Amino acid sequence: MKINFIAFFFIFFFLNKSYALIEVDITRGNLDPLPIAVSPLHVDIKSENFKDLKIKELGENISKIIEKNFKSTGLFNPLKKDAFVQKPDIAHLKPRFEDWRLIKAQALVTGKLLIKNEKLKVEFRLWDLTAAQEMTALAFTTTPSNWRRVAHIISDKIYERLTGEEGYFDTRIIYVSESGPKEQRIKKLAIMDQDGANTKYLTLGNELVLTPRFNPTNQMVTYMSYFRNMPRVYLLDIETGTQEVVGNFPGMTFAPRFSPDGKKIIMSFAKDGNSDIYTMDLETRVVERITDHSSIDTSPSFSPDGKFVAFNSDRSGLQQIYVMRSDGSNVKRITFGKGIYGTPVWSPRGDLIAFTKMHKGKFFIGVMRIDGSGERLLTENYYQEAPSWSPNGRVLVFYRETKAGNKGAGFSAKLWSIDITGYNERKLPTKTDASDPSWSSLLSK
Amino acid sequence: MTLNTNLKNILLVIFATIILSACSTAKKSADIEGDVYTGKETVEYLASGVPDRVFFATNKSSLTSASRATLRKQANYLRKNKNLNVTIEGHADERGTREFNLALGERRANAAKDYLMTYGISGKRISVISYGKEKPVNPKSSPIAWSQNRRSVTVKVN
Repeated sequence: MKINFIAFFFIFFFLNKSYALIEVDITRGNLDPLPIAVSPLHVDIKSENFKDLKIKELGENISKIIEKNFKSTGLFNPLKKDAFVQKPDIAHLKPRFEDWRLIKAQALVTGKLLIKNEKLKVEFRLWDLTAAQEMTALAFTTTPSNWRRVAHIISDKIYERLTGEEGYFDTRIIYVSESGPKEQRIKKLAIMDQDGANTKYLTLGNELVLTPRFNPTNQMVTYMSYFRNMPRVYLLDIETGTQEVVGNFPGMTFAPRFSPDGKKIIMSFAKDGNSDIYTMDLETRVVERITDHSSIDTSPSFSPDGKFVAFNSDRSGLQQIYVMRSDGSNVKRITFGKGIYGTPVWSPRGDLIAFTKMHKGKFFIGVMRIDGSGERLLTENYYQEAPSWSPNGRVLVFYRETKAGNKGAGFSAKLWSIDITGYNERKLPTKTDASDPSWSSLLSK
Repeated sequence: MTLNTNLKNILLVIFATIILSACSTAKKSADIEGDVYTGKETVEYLASGVPDRVFFATNKSSLTSASRATLRKQANYLRKNKNLNVTIEGHADERGTREFNLALGERRANAAKDYLMTYGISGKRISVISYGKEKPVNPKSSPIAWSQNRRSVTVKVN
């Protein structure tokens, strides 16, 4: 899991952005995705072998991952390669713009790579075919086994250049992998790249595990485990595999999340039938009680500046969403719509709260402003919950369960994503059934 | 005028009768009263005549009179078996968010525990654990299954 970038982002040059003619508006559903040609990266013939990496195909494979990333956004339309009009190495030097325009491409990605002394050197360029000029170029060096991440980083840079917003491709998703019958589900912590590659299991499935969440640097995970039949919040170091119980609570702790600075864990502690919200400082081990109410208070989520906490409470009778200062003062209810509300999660941009809504036997994933106004329901289904934000605040990942028949027949749980525009709903390719997703921040920032 | 009012009253009575009878048949056929399971399916026994579980309404942790009767039987049984300790497992149905259901399960298990304690069973003999919606007894997605899953189950530890 080590991030092995040897030399980071050696930036060639950025042309003045004001010359560019193409841009992609991501603030609304895009019905007219940008046609983009992703040329295979040219593989330098001086490249040396590296382990069992198929070097000849590497340029093609990287371009395929970039295309898949672009396609998944719904904002881009990667063109078929058989229509391409120039060889990768020649196009990379300087494309014949008019020829590429003939196949209706508006943007072109070219690149080349070289493996030497166990290092992968990559450079790529993004061309504006309408304005007939280079928009951005970048070169970097990394270990060859990181080649998939190379594709994701290139995707992020292009996405950023064309939309004006940070990308979300060089990221991971941690989730709960599920198998077995519904009454005796086996649940393991699993982690995968955002595109479904590189799945790894972090626990063996001997005990029930729930609700994993990344810390801001993506090295730690907090989650809930029924280890030794004691439901408690745990902390896991992904790289070393070290696990520890968070705090010394005489009862169930659950619904953990990190504070935005990664120093605290906020969670619920249930005692004598009452759940309240607590924080624990991971360094000093100081525990603070944040809410003190006879109702259920759970699913806390910090605002990105750490000053506020959104949470779920039934103090008004049914589940609603509340916001308070992070010291527990100034509690305000923000949901008043029909139905009941759960799982508030603050957007990394700070402007929105994503939530689950239950109304008339249906489950919705939605977003609202932080004062509860401007509610927009993005997707309706039989059962879905637990949204988690992409690091740029544009996409939500959540899980969805199907209705089960007799003896649980036909039951499944899968991860889905949807843009906050309400468009571009997609099922994520997990190896098993899956739930409780948590999206990492950008790995190389 | 009078005729009209009379007619209205008669119609109202007829309507009310239809609605009430519709309700009562629905309840009987489904082993659900209000929203609470009243059947015997899925129920196990700590001893002869001592059911191991009580059922709850959606989002609720209050005990029905039937639940209280069951718990009194459990208290009686625990009084007779002084060395026996129990764990009360609290559960929720699948129609709620996972984290909230964990809290709800804990609340339900404690409602049962509190009731046993008012009948003289020491809290030291009763531990509590919530499984939220993680361990349904009936995996089907139906109102009956959900009502069977909204439960607290008393389990012998030793």
